[in-house]
Amino acid sequence: MKTAENSPVFPKKLILRTNYFSLRLEKRTILTAIFLCVAIFAVAVWSISIGDFPLSIKDVLASLMGNGNDAHDFIIFDLRLPRLLTGLLVGVALGISGALFQSLAHNPLASPDIIGFNSGAALGAVLMIIVFSASGLLVTLGAVLGGFFTAIIVFSLSWRDGLSPYRLVLVGIGVGFTAYAGINFLMTRTDIVTAASATHWLTGSLNTSVWSDVYVTGIGLAILIPIVLFLQKSLDHLEMGNDMAAALGIRINFIRAIAAFAGVFLAALAVAAAGPIPFVALVSGPIARRLINSSGPSLGNAALVGVLVTLSADLAGRMIFAPMQMPVGVFTAIMGAPFLLWLLTMQIRKGAI
Amino acid sequence: MSKHQSSFSSDLRSVVVSKRAAQRDRFMSPVGHRPQFRLVGFWILSIVLFIVLVASLAFGSRSIPFETVFYSLWQFDSSIIEHLVIHDLRLPRTLIGITVGAAFAVAGVLMQAITRNPLADPGLLGVNAGASFAVVLAIWLLGITTIGGLVWFAFLGAGSISVLVYVLGSLGRGAATPVRLALAGAAISALLFALISAIILNSQETLQIYRFWIVGSLTGAVSGSFEQLLPFIVVGLLIAFVVATSLNTMALGDEMAQALGTKIALTRLLTLASVTLLSGASVAMAGPVAFIGLVVPHMARFWCGPNQHWLILYALLLGPIVLIASDTIGRIILPPGEVPVGIMTALIGGVVFVWIVRRMRMAQL
Repeated sequence: MKTAENSPVFPKKLILRTNYFSLRLEKRTILTAIFLCVAIFAVAVWSISIGDFPLSIKDVLASLMGNGNDAHDFIIFDLRLPRLLTGLLVGVALGISGALFQSLAHNPLASPDIIGFNSGAALGAVLMIIVFSASGLLVTLGAVLGGFFTAIIVFSLSWRDGLSPYRLVLVGIGVGFTAYAGINFLMTRTDIVTAASATHWLTGSLNTSVWSDVYVTGIGLAILIPIVLFLQKSLDHLEMGNDMAAALGIRINFIRAIAAFAGVFLAALAVAAAGPIPFVALVSGPIARRLINSSGPSLGNAALVGVLVTLSADLAGRMIFAPMQMPVGVFTAIMGAPFLLWLLTMQIRKGAI
Repeated sequence: MSKHQSSFSSDLRSVVVSKRAAQRDRFMSPVGHRPQFRLVGFWILSIVLFIVLVASLAFGSRSIPFETVFYSLWQFDSSIIEHLVIHDLRLPRTLIGITVGAAFAVAGVLMQAITRNPLADPGLLGVNAGASFAVVLAIWLLGITTIGGLVWFAFLGAGSISVLVYVLGSLGRGAATPVRLALAGAAISALLFALISAIILNSQETLQIYRFWIVGSLTGAVSGSFEQLLPFIVVGLLIAFVVATSLNTMALGDEMAQALGTKIALTRLLTLASVTLLSGASVAMAGPVAFIGLVVPHMARFWCGPNQHWLILYALLLGPIVLIASDTIGRIILPPGEVPVGIMTALIGGVVFVWIVRRMRMAQL
């Protein structure tokens, strides 16, 4: 293991290398990650401290360290922490899933919420909630199946002598629209109470998160994230073009299939835990790339940006209309839609579309 | 080596495919080839519309024989229950279906013409979302529940969003391409639907009206709404016929149209006004019925070619046919309940949308 230094005072990158393993970290990547982690921690502590029963930051930190009083422990560990952790895991899942698809399609518009996967997963989950009055794991299963089914439909319909990102986006929008019609139909076939709770869920909300959401999503992520990290380097190579990647010894189709599988699974897990929160997957990847100025898909930082966006939107939803709680999806849409329009104008200016 | 071969064979295949497409287009296109084809189509569609209308009056949760249907129209007798069902329930529903179907279809023709975009549709471009948002805002903030009051908000929403999406989609160089418009529409729809759900989550009364209104239904309409809204739609249709000639020249490109003496800015303004009148009034009458504006112009163009006069005429017949047929099928497909007409059209429209996208060549995207 050795450290390479470009300049004696400020090392630009850190290279860890053993016989079996090498890892190159840019200084800017590490600094960005540290900055994002600090921001996430600040938002998280702030988010735990506010609510019907406000706690001081000192109390929050004391409880988290394990020496708070019982009342505070109850509020934090049983009520507010599950919500926070669900938001955190959902942010990670959406951030990575968006970055994966954007990298696969070489286009920032191809994120799972734009190309209809979230709508499909939501249709599967709503079907479980309304028709089978299911809850918990069955809803997760419905979301995952719905997401995969939609992904298969979208990919196979947009395949014609290869995959054009714009055809993928348009077909995805069409399929997403149809899935949404299905959701609207199911909403008319049930009573107002179920419809209200389904609406709540469909906007993307963390209000009802409990520990079981954390466990299910956490286990899913624990399985998927190592797979995704294993893919990171191959995806970097794939961004240089298929021919170059093949010349470097990447099994293109295998890597793509695994990445798409992981991406759909991650998006579906997030939808199952908190509903189809819009735009988090879309914004995380491009923001992370811009922050660290990288050419590859920078999955780790995309995940951190996803967490920061989700938690901030949740915090805003709880604070701005207090004592009312707005679901997190309202704020991600309000922040994300202008971002999509900006992305659109950038692509138009480049002459891409 | 193998790569070389495969690209050669795919070139060959694309040549064959495009040749076949050209042959088919020559055969199918009536323009300058068989003008009588269009007239025949017009009469066939009129007959189909008549059949669909009768079916819409006769079928439902209670089927009524055809002769009773005719008697109830010619010699109405309020003591016979079937006559009452037709007169009070099915006739208004069918009339609204005709009006809304024609209005959405013509709005779709105009939007596809002015944007030169095969995917333009009031629903897809966020116009319906704009109208929905304005309607929800009116119910929630001002407590307006009468159709006469809501229609103005629907107009306001539809108009401002159609202008906004058009401006956003045509930023920068070149025409508003399908991807640009679809994404601008998707972004604005997402934003507006988020705001809508923020409202309906806090007001269950609004949700109760909204969740049935959003799927589009021809039954929710109150008897007074039809007479109140019809004038707007008639004006919108008249404007559509007036601008058809200018839209025909504008299809040749803005410079060419200008050289031929078309007032481009005026045409755009009138077209947007017509789209706003048509979709705003229809959304207020029946909710955002999705995809009629997308599907019908393609069906019409397939038969009558790209002339706007004929397209609008065909859309006037085909729109009601598609909408009323969807409504009638939705009424009998899942007894004892009904599938709302907006769901039926969305299912048909989603399939057609994907089909159009798959047919388009890369450069057209």
